[in-house]
Amino acid sequence: MSSEKMKLTLRVWKQKDGASKGRFENYVLEDANPHMSFLEMLDHLNEKLMKEKKEPIEFDHDCREGICGSCNLMINGIAHGPQQKTAACQLHMRHFKDGDLITIEPWRATAFPIIKDLVVNRYALDRIMAAGGYVSVGTNSAPDANAIPIKKRDADLAMDFATCIGCGACVAACPNASASLFTGAKIAQFSLLPQGGPERKRRVVNMVDQMEKEGFGDCSNYAECEAVCPVGISIDAIARMRREYMGAMKG
Amino acid sequence: MQNVKTNLKTSDKLDAKIPAGPIQEKWSNHKNTIRLVNPNNKRKHTVIVVGTGLAGASAAASLAELGYNVKAFCIQDSARRAHSIAAQGGINAAKNYPNDGDSVWRLFYDTVKGGDYRAREANVYRLAEVSNAIIDQCVAQGVPFAREYGGLLSNRSFGGAQLSRTFYARGQTGQQLLLGAYSALSKEVHSGKVEMFAREEMLDLVVIDGKAKGIITRNLVNGKINRHAADAVLLCTGGYGNVYYLSTNAKNSNATAAWRCYKRGAMFGNPSFTQIHPTCIPVSGEYQSKLTLMSESLRNDGRVWVPEKPGDKRAPNDIPENERDYFLERRYPSFGNLVPRDVASRNAKYVCDDGKGVGESGLAVYLDFRDAIKRDGENTIREKYGNLFDMYHKITDENPYKVPMRIFPAVHYTMGGLWVDYNLMSNVPGLFVLGEANFSDHGANRLGASALMQGLADGYFVIPYTLGDYIAGERPEPVSTDHEAFKAVEHENIERIDKLLKSNGTKTVLDYHRHLGKLMWDHVGMSRNKEGLEKAIKEIAALKEDFWENVYVPGEQSTYNKYLEYAFRVVDFMELGELMARDALVREESCGGHFREEYQTEEGEALRDDENFAHVTAWEFAGENKVPERHIENLEFENVKLTQRSYK
Repeated sequence: MSSEKMKLTLRVWKQKDGASKGRFENYVLEDANPHMSFLEMLDHLNEKLMKEKKEPIEFDHDCREGICGSCNLMINGIAHGPQQKTAACQLHMRHFKDGDLITIEPWRATAFPIIKDLVVNRYALDRIMAAGGYVSVGTNSAPDANAIPIKKRDADLAMDFATCIGCGACVAACPNASASLFTGAKIAQFSLLPQGGPERKRRVVNMVDQMEKEGFGDCSNYAECEAVCPVGISIDAIARMRREYMGAMKG
Repeated sequence: MQNVKTNLKTSDKLDAKIPAGPIQEKWSNHKNTIRLVNPNNKRKHTVIVVGTGLAGASAAASLAELGYNVKAFCIQDSARRAHSIAAQGGINAAKNYPNDGDSVWRLFYDTVKGGDYRAREANVYRLAEVSNAIIDQCVAQGVPFAREYGGLLSNRSFGGAQLSRTFYARGQTGQQLLLGAYSALSKEVHSGKVEMFAREEMLDLVVIDGKAKGIITRNLVNGKINRHAADAVLLCTGGYGNVYYLSTNAKNSNATAAWRCYKRGAMFGNPSFTQIHPTCIPVSGEYQSKLTLMSESLRNDGRVWVPEKPGDKRAPNDIPENERDYFLERRYPSFGNLVPRDVASRNAKYVCDDGKGVGESGLAVYLDFRDAIKRDGENTIREKYGNLFDMYHKITDENPYKVPMRIFPAVHYTMGGLWVDYNLMSNVPGLFVLGEANFSDHGANRLGASALMQGLADGYFVIPYTLGDYIAGERPEPVSTDHEAFKAVEHENIERIDKLLKSNGTKTVLDYHRHLGKLMWDHVGMSRNKEGLEKAIKEIAALKEDFWENVYVPGEQSTYNKYLEYAFRVVDFMELGELMARDALVREESCGGHFREEYQTEEGEALRDDENFAHVTAWEFAGENKVPERHIENLEFENVKLTQRSYK
C-alpha cells in the first residue's frame, strides 16, 4: 500500500503578507502516496523544504476531519478540490494520478485579504454573525426544553442549514464573491425554528446589510456555492433569505 | 458514610472549599451565601477568557451579559473553530424525558463510578444538577437537536449507560452546541461587552503579588507580543492529548496556556489520566498527521473480533466463524462489545500484542457489521450510521458494508488538568480553569457524552456565580500593563522565541513531536509499568536537550509562522509528557484509563488501591529541571460506595 509512490508537481501561491505581491512557485514532490490526505501531502512537502532550510508553505488547518472549517484551499480551480462534499482536509491523494500538476491557491475575495501564502483573513464572516446570527436569549432565562414542540421536519431541515462549517468555499467559488450561502444558511435555520421568530426581521436586514458592507457581492444564482460546499448546504438557503428579506421590507 | 483512609494527608495548599451540608444542597446553599458584585461595579472589572470552545464561549457570553468587560482570545481565525466543534455523539442530561427512571442522582452516581472513584463527589453532583438547564439554554438558542414526530426532543443511550439520557444533533452535537455558544458570544461582541481577539495565542500568565493579573499573547498574524491586564483570568484551553502526537485532537490543540500557568504556580492535577478511545481509524502510514474517531455508538451493532490464529493474513470475509475470536464477547459475556472505553481499548491492545492484530500494520481489530446487516438489513444500518460509514469509506477507501471496519484505540481526551477548587479557581487566586483544561469532574475515566456537559456547565452555570464571589471578596484594583511583572514575563517570552528562531539544526519540530509521541504511546499509553515509565522520564529529558541543540525553526517572528507556533508548543508538550510519566509512576494502582501492569486482578482487570490512592495528585512546579513537588487532595466519598467495577 504505502509503497505506491506518486510524483507530483505543485504550483503553489506564495505571498509574504497582505502588502506584498504574490506569485506561483513550483515544487516537485517525488514521493507522495495515495493514502495521504491532501494536507498530509503538504506537511510532507514542508518537512522536505525545511530539511533543505527552505521556507515552508503556510496553509490553514486544524481539526482535519472536515468540521472546523479552517482549511481553505483552491485546488485546480475548485474550492476544496475535486471530490464533492469533501473539505480539503478529508480529500485523499488517491483522487490524483502519478505525474499530475496540481495548482493550489488561497480563497480569493476582496473580503478575505491574504495573510500569508494560502492563509486568508475571514473575520468578515464573524462580523456577519455578530450582526444578527443569534437568538437574544440570556443565560438561565430559557423555558423547559420541551415547552415548545417543533415539527420533526422543520427541526431536520433547520439542522441541514445549521451544519455550515463557515469555511468560505461558497465565497471563493462565487463569480461575485457573494457570502449569500453562508449568510442564508444561518437565516434559514432560524426561520424554521420558533425561537428565531421574535428577531426574524431585524436579523435578516442586519445580516444582509453587514454582508454588503464587508464587500461581498450579490447573488446571481450561479449556484457554484452549492457545488463546492463541503457539507452540501442547498441554495434553497438563499431563496429563504430573500423571502425573509422581502417579508422584513414589507414591514 | 465511608471515609477512605490513606497514609497521606491533604496538602495545606489544596483547599477544595467544598460547601458544607448534604450533597443535594451544597450548590444551592453555596449560591445563596456567596458574595455578589453590584451591577454598577461589574462594569469596572475586566475578565480575560482564553479559548472559545464550549467552556470559553459560554463563559465569555454569560459574564458579558452580567456586565463584566470580557476580553476573549482564540488561536483560530474564528471563535467557532475551537475543537469542541468536532464532538460527535451527544450531551448527557438528567431530564428523564424517556421516563426510564433517570434522575440527577443517577447521573451523578454513574459519573463517579464511571470515573473509577477518582473524582470529587461535590463537583460531580453539581454537574448533574445543572445538566438540565444546559439543554433548556441550548434549545432556546436555536440548537436543532434531534426530535421525535410529536415535536419533542429525542434521546438515545450512549457510552454503555443503562438509560437514554443523551441529547444529540445527528453526529454533529459538538458542532451545534459550539455554534450555539458562539452565537451567544457573537451577540456580546455586537453589544460591545466582549472584545474578541482571534489568532492571538496566550504565551504566559502574569502573576502579581500572588494573584493572576493578566496574560502575554502573540498575535499570530504579525508576531506582535501583547500585554493584557485583567482582574481575573479564565483558562478554557482544552486538553493535552496532542502530547502523544497522534490523537483525535485538532492539530493546533495544545497545552501551552495551561503549562505556562503551571510554571507560574498553578498545580497540575492527575496529569497521567488520559482517555484512549477504542474506535478510531487505524494509522495508515508514517506520514499520518492525526487520527479520526468513529463514534462509539457503532459498538451498539458492530462486533469486535480478530483471527484466532496469530499472523492470519487471510481477508476477513475468508476467515470462517470458528476461526474468529470475538474477544470482548468472550471475556465479558454480560457487557460484550459495550464495555467502557478503557476496557475495550486495553483488550484491543492485548490481542494485537499477541500477534492477532489485522491490517498491514497489525495494529487494528475488526469491527464487523455483517451480522447486524443480516439481522436488520443494510438500510437500517445506513440510517443509523450512514455518515460514519461514509467517513470511514472516504478515509480508508474500503466499504464497511462489505468488509469489516478496522479500528484501533487512539488518544482522545485528558481527564487530568489544572487543579481547581469547588469554585473552579486554581491555587493561584484569580486564575480559574474551566472545561477539559481542569481536572475536576471525570476522575480516571470519562463517560461518553459527558465532556460537552461539563464544558457548558462550567461556562454557563458555575463561573457566573463563583467569579462574582472572588471579585466581591477581592475587590481587585486595576493594574497597569507597564507593571514590572508584565515587562519581565514579556521579556522571557521574547527571549524564548529568539532562541527558537536562532536554532539552526537539522531536525524539524515534527521530528521531535513524533519521537515524543512514540515514547508516550509506548510507555505512558494504554498500559504502563515502572520500568517503562522510568525509561520515558529519562528519554524525554534527553529529547528536550537534543531539541534545543538540533532543532530547526524556519521563518521570522514578525509574520504568520505556523512552525514557530508549533515549536513553542512542542517544548511544552515535552515538559508535560515528563510530568505525565512521573504522575503515572507514583500512582501505584490501576484505575480507569490509568493501567499499571503491576496492579491487576488475576483476570487482567484494573486493580484499584482505595486505601492508598483515593486521592488527587497535584504537582507543583519547583524550578527548571527539578523534580516537582507532589501534593495530595484526599477524596471523601460520603454518598457513593466504592466497588470494584465489573463488566463480566
